Amino acid sequence: MRKELQVAALENGTAIDHIPTEELFKVVSLLQLQKIDHRITIGNNLRSRKMGKKGIIKIADKFFREDEINRIALIAPSVSLNIIKDYEVVEKKEITLPDEIVEIVKCNNPKCITNNEPMKTRFHVIDKEKVILQCHYCELKINKDEIELK
Amino acid sequence: MKPKSLVDINDYNKDDIVRILESAARFKANPNSDLLQGKVCATLFFEPSTRTRLSFETAINRLRGRVIGFSDAGTTSSTKGESLKDTIMMVSNYADLIIMRHYLEGSARYASEISPVPIINAGDGSNQHPTQTLLDLFTIYETQGTLENLTITIVGDLKYGRAVHSLIQGISHFHPTFNFVAPEELHIPDKYKIFCDSKQIRYREFVDFAPESIETADILYMTRVQKERFTDLMEYEKVKNAYVLNNEMLNNSKSNLRVLHPLPRVKEIDQDVDDNPKAYYFQQAKNGIYARQAVICDLLNMEYHE
Repeated sequence: MRKELQVAALENGTAIDHIPTEELFKVVSLLQLQKIDHRITIGNNLRSRKMGKKGIIKIADKFFREDEINRIALIAPSVSLNIIKDYEVVEKKEITLPDEIVEIVKCNNPKCITNNEPMKTRFHVIDKEKVILQCHYCELKINKDEIELK
Repeated sequence: MKPKSLVDINDYNKDDIVRILESAARFKANPNSDLLQGKVCATLFFEPSTRTRLSFETAINRLRGRVIGFSDAGTTSSTKGESLKDTIMMVSNYADLIIMRHYLEGSARYASEISPVPIINAGDGSNQHPTQTLLDLFTIYETQGTLENLTITIVGDLKYGRAVHSLIQGISHFHPTFNFVAPEELHIPDKYKIFCDSKQIRYREFVDFAPESIETADILYMTRVQKERFTDLMEYEKVKNAYVLNNEMLNNSKSNLRVLHPLPRVKEIDQDVDDNPKAYYFQQAKNGIYARQAVICDLLNMEYHE
């Protein structure tokens, strides 16, 4: 059978594969892809042997900093991230949740100072496995399924 | 290094707590001096709390410091939309130390990060109120002669009670045993049980205000069971009189037992307890002055000399 790529191959850049379909657009917004000029290919509801359905994002000529890609761990810790050079995967990156998350997440406590003052939010990651965050300011704990992005 | 501000009781380690309590004892013996002469302290009460503000202001006045501030945010620029940051930056130009109470949780932590002068958190919403904990610890230390190995029975709202949660954390350095007495709806949150387990602190839970919980105690810490905390008002009606202490209930208690309460009290301690020498809640409130003198001088690096 002819092997057919579901999304066009990338010459140089970053390919983020195995994104849960419901998280795809969250990943787009976490990486602020709407703000960059690079050529971006987004595929969703693609067939996956591992997951049934998956999403994929390929960004040409863009290589993210550690702290940028680690943001993805908040919502989709199981994605695979490949660095492509000359059509070849030259590096597979593990994504790991950092100890502290600044700005990306919104605190769910309406009485938290961060929701009432022009300031950055800041969370301590108190459980990396279960993804539990704690607000540095009001001390509210937020579970993975309660995380809201700013 | 000792902390620059006091936002959360967990900012203080065991040595910090002991240092403050020893200092508070010295202030209690000699509360009037000119230790704060030439210092200006600001009391910023974005939310009114007369009792706490008067305690802080008395603490400062008795050491000849000067106080500036406001007792209600309605009279300040925050009603014009000024940010907390701007208010703190402005006031820190005027004062050597800022004492603040705010209705927003985390406000004091944020203020401590931007302020060039020390911040004392006098309550941030339902989050933290560390000087309450220090005055509780000072009162326990004063009445028992030690903080070590005490049995502390805590009664009432253990779910939402801010004073209770901070007390558990503050005294955790000193090998306490806890009896937690609360209705089902207001029982101690799991996170504090996990905390106790992690520090190998023994505790028992009671749903009834059992005589055993009083008779084994060195400290009986009463709190208010508030109607608005109940989702089921039937449940409130059932339990509202179950956690009331009266004088007779103290008959078989230990001679060193003292009854504490963060006040205001409503009905949970019968008036007939007030005359019992074991009732110590009014002296506890007074101790707030000395604990606060100790914290203020500690943060301003003002050493107390005889």
